[in-house]
Amino acid sequence: MQNKTITESLIASNGWMPKAASTFAPNIDGLFNFILYGSILLFVGILIVTALFIIKYRKRPGYSPPSGPHITHNTFLELAWTVPPLILTIFIFYWGFTGFLDMAVAPKNSLDISVTGKKWMWQFEYKNGTKTLGEIVVPVNTPVSLIMSSEDVIHSFYVPNFRIKRDVIPNRYTKQWFEATRTGTFQIFCTEYCGDGHSQMLGVIRVVSADDYEKWLANAGSADDGLPPEKLGEKLYTSKGCVACHSVDGTNKIGPTWKGLFGKTRAYAGGSTVADENYIKESIENPTAKVVTGYQPVMPSFKGLLNDKEIAGVIAYIKTLK
Amino acid sequence: MSESVPGTNYINAVSGIKSWLTTLDHKRIGIMYLLFIAISFGLGGFFALALRLELLNPGQLIVSAKQYNQLFTLHGAVMVFLFIVPSIPASLGNFLLPIQLGAKDVAFPRLNLASLYLYVFGAAFCVYSMVSGAADTGWTFYTPYSSTTDTSVISMTLGAFILGFSSIFTGINFIVTVHKMRAPGMSWFKLPLFTWSLYATAIIQVLATPVLGITLLLLVVERLVGIGIFDPALGGDPVLFQHFFWFYSHPAVYIMILPAMGVMSELVTTFSKKNIFGYKMVAFSSIAIAVISFLVWGHHLYVSGQSDYADMIFSFLTYLVAIPSAVKVFNWIATLYNGEIELKAPFLYFIAFLFLFTIGGFTGIMLASLSLDVHLHDTYFVVAHFHYVMMGGTVMAFLGGIHYWWPKMFGKMYSEKAAVVAWFFIMAGFNMVFFTQFILGTKGMPRRYYSYLDQFQPLHAFSTVGTWVLTVGFLIMAFYLVESLLNGEPAGDNPWGSLGLEWTTQSPPITENFADTPHIIHGPYDYDKVKLS
Repeated sequence: MQNKTITESLIASNGWMPKAASTFAPNIDGLFNFILYGSILLFVGILIVTALFIIKYRKRPGYSPPSGPHITHNTFLELAWTVPPLILTIFIFYWGFTGFLDMAVAPKNSLDISVTGKKWMWQFEYKNGTKTLGEIVVPVNTPVSLIMSSEDVIHSFYVPNFRIKRDVIPNRYTKQWFEATRTGTFQIFCTEYCGDGHSQMLGVIRVVSADDYEKWLANAGSADDGLPPEKLGEKLYTSKGCVACHSVDGTNKIGPTWKGLFGKTRAYAGGSTVADENYIKESIENPTAKVVTGYQPVMPSFKGLLNDKEIAGVIAYIKTLK
Repeated sequence: MSESVPGTNYINAVSGIKSWLTTLDHKRIGIMYLLFIAISFGLGGFFALALRLELLNPGQLIVSAKQYNQLFTLHGAVMVFLFIVPSIPASLGNFLLPIQLGAKDVAFPRLNLASLYLYVFGAAFCVYSMVSGAADTGWTFYTPYSSTTDTSVISMTLGAFILGFSSIFTGINFIVTVHKMRAPGMSWFKLPLFTWSLYATAIIQVLATPVLGITLLLLVVERLVGIGIFDPALGGDPVLFQHFFWFYSHPAVYIMILPAMGVMSELVTTFSKKNIFGYKMVAFSSIAIAVISFLVWGHHLYVSGQSDYADMIFSFLTYLVAIPSAVKVFNWIATLYNGEIELKAPFLYFIAFLFLFTIGGFTGIMLASLSLDVHLHDTYFVVAHFHYVMMGGTVMAFLGGIHYWWPKMFGKMYSEKAAVVAWFFIMAGFNMVFFTQFILGTKGMPRRYYSYLDQFQPLHAFSTVGTWVLTVGFLIMAFYLVESLLNGEPAGDNPWGSLGLEWTTQSPPITENFADTPHIIHGPYDYDKVKLS
């Protein structure tokens, strides 16, 4: 149902955390493990003492509790369970704080990429004007700085393998930097609830070698030249994020399915039309013009995000879905 | 004072629906609250079952994405505003606070009844929202989503606004009652710790709730009139809403947990027949928690883009508030030392709280850490954490309190065996549901997701099955509690052999609580000085 997992598995790892892939991760994972094992130790201690007390002092025939005044105060004990935990938590605070500061300030030489979140897609723009949707390609071992803003409600940009997350807010820029430590394809989630398509607001980060990155950037946009139109459309279906709302197997998601769409009569408020090339082009560039009955007018315009050749590709692809 | 005829109590003193609807008796108001709160819990639980069922598989199973979003919103809103905020204070607190003080009633009985009516009125708004295109904003109503969605946000926020006043009324009443209505000899340091915790809670209710009211009202104004406050499209600031919202809602977490801690102190002393270890520490730590709780709201906003210095201060203060909570846990355990412990149903819930709340506390230490929270924020880890604190803490203490005071409230005993069976189901089910979610969250599963990556499916399915086990436990409990009302054995005035003042009057108490004004000579936990025959 969800788009096919092309990203590295988050579940498959030896520890609790997903496999690390950024320079931040070792420090954060170290802190996680420190608190985790410290907590387990203390927790087991608390359980053992409680269990011992309950067994030893349980009401039973032949047992009578010691007489005399109850102990209700013990300065040493009370200091012992107040001061060391306080010192320990201040230490944990300090560890988390310094780690957080490292994440707050990007190195000067970092590669800037601007990120726009909108219902329900991630759009990226490189300095040379290259735009991508739902996929971001970055070089390994290079600091990358994301300058992020939202076009509608609040979103949040989250990459579990990198241990990074930052809210993406309308009318304001937020920043997040990272440096990937190995190549691979990693999952991007939106983690601020943003409506019906929230769980479909996914993306991937492809970390490649510096050479591959330069090649990719030089060819971005022209790499699809050799593809036949319907293959190009099939590729765009995933890479431009259509998959989030439109199925190709007949199931209804946020938008109507593409299966059998071409040539079908579409009813919308105030009329109906046959889904031909012009209707599909209009629905891509001006989606709210004719909203099929039963669906919400929530699709963003892709005008300027797809060129004519790409739109022709999408139409060709839809034609193949009978 | 009316003559107390043997067999007369607050339940049968007067009869008829009207006598309940117009009653000024804090006990009757408490019982009515208990009924509404139980209904709310059932409703919120139903939403939880439905949304967990949807999450059995990725993709659509029973509801659409929008309906799922409405389900988790309603689950959160009902559980927070209709169930857990009023749970212990309005039901057990209303019933017990005056009796524990040796008073005839609260200071303002009419205000007390008004708070109940406001609660029902506010609940009606929430129910109206449910049937008229239920809100899909999450219980947190974050802007600008909440100012732009086409669901009925206004009725839901107005409901929460009205419920806030109900909460404020109860708070004012409790503060004045504790100050002015204590029986002769009931000095501050002879107050039962449950009363102390209600007092600390009332302070937060009165000081924090108005901020929520103002915030929700501003949201309504923005939606209705279009004045830009939070929506950037109108020139507002969406993060400002988060600050306002958590300025109330973080202290509100302590509105939820402090009374639970009070119940814990009552349970541990009665069932170990021990004086509480560190009475003053436990009492003052409630007040300390209440005060510091106002200064930690920003720990919900570490990744929102607020200043790094603010992040630093909020993180530090959050660690400070952890200490008094830990101290209480250690005090309770120390109380067991050299005691005479009876493993009755209420005490089982004491153990449940100790176990689950401690896990909630340790995972809170993780979330309070700045760098680590960046990874865990808004994932299932947070969902699991607050369920361990709220359900593992507050709900377990609430259930413990209900089992403990049930014989006092109704004069009947429930089946101990059935209670033990239900407890096992609830403990097993709870941990199945929520421990799994710690794993999911650490792996990166975001919260409020209708669908998810296939790799998360086994863990989600296991969590969903846990909700069914949990439900079995609650159904057994509902059955034996109702059964006890119908056929339960008479409980007697003091079935647990407690020294608490509420156990010196009859079960159920008479309308005036005590036949004569009680004079307090010993503290509520003086098991080493007073021997009950």
